[in-house]
Amino acid sequence: MKIAVCIKQVPARDWQPRVNDTRTWVRDQDASFELNEPDAYALEEGLRLKEKHGGEVVVCSAGPARVAQALREALARGADRAIHVEDDSLAAADAFGIAGALVPSMREEQFDLVLTGLQSDDQGFAQTGVVLAASLGCPSATIIMEVDVQLGAVRVKRELEGGWFQFVTVPLPAVLTIQSGINQLRYATLKGIMAAKKKEIRKVALPAGVTSRQQIVNLYVPEKRKQTQMIGGSAAEAARDLVRRLRDEARVL
Amino acid sequence: MILVIAEQQGGTLNRASLEVVAAAQQAGGSVKVAVLGAEVAAVAQALSAAEVAEVLQVQSPVLDTYTLDGFVAALAQIVEAEQPDVVFLPHTYQTRDCAPALAVRLNRALVTDCVGTKSQDGRLLFVRPMFQGRLYADVAPTGPALATFQIGAVRADSMKTGTAPAPIRVVMAGMAAGDIRQKPEAPFREAKQAVDLTQAERIVSVGRGIKGEEKIALAQQLAEAMGAELGASRPICDAGWLPMDRQIGSSGQTVAPKVYVALGISGAIQHMVGMKGSRTIVAINKDPEAPIFEIADYGVVGDLFEIVPEMIKELQG
Repeated sequence: MKIAVCIKQVPARDWQPRVNDTRTWVRDQDASFELNEPDAYALEEGLRLKEKHGGEVVVCSAGPARVAQALREALARGADRAIHVEDDSLAAADAFGIAGALVPSMREEQFDLVLTGLQSDDQGFAQTGVVLAASLGCPSATIIMEVDVQLGAVRVKRELEGGWFQFVTVPLPAVLTIQSGINQLRYATLKGIMAAKKKEIRKVALPAGVTSRQQIVNLYVPEKRKQTQMIGGSAAEAARDLVRRLRDEARVL
Repeated sequence: MILVIAEQQGGTLNRASLEVVAAAQQAGGSVKVAVLGAEVAAVAQALSAAEVAEVLQVQSPVLDTYTLDGFVAALAQIVEAEQPDVVFLPHTYQTRDCAPALAVRLNRALVTDCVGTKSQDGRLLFVRPMFQGRLYADVAPTGPALATFQIGAVRADSMKTGTAPAPIRVVMAGMAAGDIRQKPEAPFREAKQAVDLTQAERIVSVGRGIKGEEKIALAQQLAEAMGAELGASRPICDAGWLPMDRQIGSSGQTVAPKVYVALGISGAIQHMVGMKGSRTIVAINKDPEAPIFEIADYGVVGDLFEIVPEMIKELQG
């Protein structure tokens, strides 16, 4: 089974984004980056499917040169090779920009199954997987919590809202967007890190004519909608003040 | 013209649909609403109370159960026939499943998870959170667009109703069941939820900031001291530190207790939609810029491992 896992490298969770001078993107020169968490679950699922059914796992990413680091990490966790569509403009691209960048090389590879996280922690479009599927002409299913490969098809457990689920069967090739928590993640072993150094990362130029369909006109820190009473002092003082206010002001204790 | 796609299940209108009608009314101009299903006359009737130009009752036996291919085919037919400037949808799991494919089919932009719109230099801008809600962006789509609206971003009760019911037009969507590639089975719930947090009057909830499974006990002690139930954000349940039925947020339970104490919860939107209706929200977090403070009534910036034991002492004293 030939499995692709599409990953994105995003600023680390604890990085505080600052707006750039033109107010159209963040100052990410000083950011540290990490593998987008939902994509890490997609990668883990891909590796488990390969262990069960054989074949290979190819990690694909569209982004600037720094993305090679995330691809190398995926290779260290067990992916077999990588495809990197490299272009600086992809750092702020929308889902059409990212999917458009990936489609030509992914179509050429003829994957049986494509996995990706349900959304990214940076722009959070929750679109790329489905746009990719529609562009490749394959069916898709989203927010997946279980994957069962059958003959020429895949039966998946879709998460619905409010604790409901549903099984859906789609024919292969297909694209699935994976929900966080579908499995327990593995981390790279020293052996894996060493092996990753020899694995191939194929660099691909950005295909012509790929553009985003939306532009950020103004990026800013949101205005507070609620008057928050901030409670200061030492831990003991803050705790005392908070409990008093919950008793006397809010009357909830 | 703005076309709103309402969502219904088994003849019951999803309340988020009314929020999106309100968002469309606020954006200005003419508004139409479409609702899809096998038999949705009653839902169309309910929608006709809204101040809109027309309600489209889009029917086909193939639309009885949601499938991506069925809904994309039907929605593409309506959008191509009506040619709206923008299509508004609620940012539900169903929309997330099909809207990107619809955007590809129609060759339109798709702006997701919007919390509102703005008019600037004669064009409509969409406001959406980015970087886990730490920043907001005003976004301009290229050409006619689709836009999805975050649940709860606009109040449903701000929807204007008409002086007379809006006209309803029945549209038969043409598609063949054989063209649908997804074979869905009936929705189900996991083993019955042991805990019903929706009825809890007080909730102490833990997030990533709790750091380790062994630290959950501290939150449990605070919950006991307050007479509260223990809840959690998704990562805590994903890690198996608390069972899934303790999860609060879009994929878990939606709660509205008298008091909600968020310990080490940064406030990802998926969590906040499940608890922002709480009457009093307390946030304790070491990061002063955590989005949870945006909706908190009381905020303490500091180390929860120092503050919580002091709270327990105070409550028991």
